[in-house]
Amino acid sequence: MSEETNKIKLKVYRTNYNKEESPHYDEFDVSVKRWTTVLDALLDAKSYSDSSLGIRYSCRMASCGSCGMKINGRPRLACYTKISELNDQTIVCDPLPNFPRIRDLVTDFTEFFAHHKKIEPYIHNEKVPIDVAKKDDLVEFKQTPEDVDKYLQFSYCIKCGLCYSACPTVATDTKFPGPQALSQAYRYTADNRDSGESTRFNIVDERHGIWRCHFAGSCSNVCPKGVDPALGIQLLKGHLIGITKNDKKIATLRSKEE
Amino acid sequence: MGIKPNSENNSSTGDDIRLKSGREGLMGWLNPTRYGWERVSYWLQRLTGVGLLIYFIGHIYETSSLVNGINAWNSMLELTQTTGGHIFLLLVIGASTFHTVNGLRLIFTESGIGIGRPGRPDYPYDATSLNYKQKSGIWVALLLATIAMLYGGMVMFGDVT
Ligand code: HEM
Ligand code: SF4
Ligand code: FES
Repeated sequence: MSEETNKIKLKVYRTNYNKEESPHYDEFDVSVKRWTTVLDALLDAKSYSDSSLGIRYSCRMASCGSCGMKINGRPRLACYTKISELNDQTIVCDPLPNFPRIRDLVTDFTEFFAHHKKIEPYIHNEKVPIDVAKKDDLVEFKQTPEDVDKYLQFSYCIKCGLCYSACPTVATDTKFPGPQALSQAYRYTADNRDSGESTRFNIVDERHGIWRCHFAGSCSNVCPKGVDPALGIQLLKGHLIGITKNDKKIATLRSKEE
Repeated sequence: MGIKPNSENNSSTGDDIRLKSGREGLMGWLNPTRYGWERVSYWLQRLTGVGLLIYFIGHIYETSSLVNGINAWNSMLELTQTTGGHIFLLLVIGASTFHTVNGLRLIFTESGIGIGRPGRPDYPYDATSLNYKQKSGIWVALLLATIAMLYGGMVMFGDVT
């Protein structure tokens, strides 16, 4: 076990537009061990050097998706990136590209979430009206493990926005839904409880929609959860152009008696 | 205590926090070296596509000079007989070879063919869509473009006639 302590330099992007503070980098010397994450180092700097440092985080375990930032030139989760794996004595933290900047490393996700919401990311099934749940006769959908595997990886998305910040189309087109939202559109297409395909197809198949994706693959390159948004998007294109036959059988309900 | 009326509370609230867009814009587009081979492919496909389009328009203009008689046509042809013209044609050869071969790869991948199937993600979460099978298409396109350019270079600059 190596308890070795290293000294590294943490360069953090600082700005506060409300105070007319022009962007600059602040440097902090931080002692790190083999397992120290970038988030640990930032919190160290915040605790012992400058409490005004603006960062956002919550779970510290790659589950909440709030600590995304650009670390040494690449979008990463600060809590999921060990300093030791970066092989660098200087760690540079910038706010996530393609997101509006609020202060320091904190970015605004309003628009990103709006894109996600726009693809109606919930089960559509006209056979199952929402009020059925009240009547207490709905129990559950029948779904096999194989059915689940078709969409499971896409449902692992934590909405961290790393894919959105790596995408070259998002970089220049504000109306483009981005890899997160588009891959979620596929997630519901692949889910056999959902029958909202035509609704969602209409949403993504428009001028600034799915066809602005040219498979640059950068989203899947940076996604920390194995969602592989580029896979979902290309598979969805296959459905839209009719190359992939949709043989989805809508799941039936298990009644209470069953 | 409680919520203050708006007139008393004119510090920044949700709506007037000032933001900067943070979009990378064209600068983000210009650097293709950050996110693996697929990003390079994307970049080159667009660059060569637009390049070929410009060449194509120029090419129509060039060949249409034929209607002005053989002399006009010949003086056009001379433009391509210079060293600069040769280098330009080499770029066209490379661009068209890469664009065609990689274009075929993209026709498949962007229709969902050759990029793998969804499954249960496992650490270290390598993306199946970025697999070596489709990625090698980019390398083949680059290799063939290089070979085509070498051959073209030999024809234009070398002894081969
Ligand atoms: C048989 C030969 C060709 C094939 C197989 C081919 C294939 C493709 C494909 C698949 C794309 C879409 C790539 C994407 O989604 O990002 C594309 C884009 C493009 N191609 Fe071609 N192409 C060929 C010839 C040409 C020629 C001769 C020209 C010019 C006159 C051209 C100009 C373009 C342009 C301008 C784009 C748009 C690039 C972009 O938006 O990124 N292509 N090509
Ligand atoms: S697809 Fe991946 S990178 Fe994109 S928001 Fe979801 S978890 Fe983050
Ligand atoms: S703090 Fe929750 S994902 Fe990093």
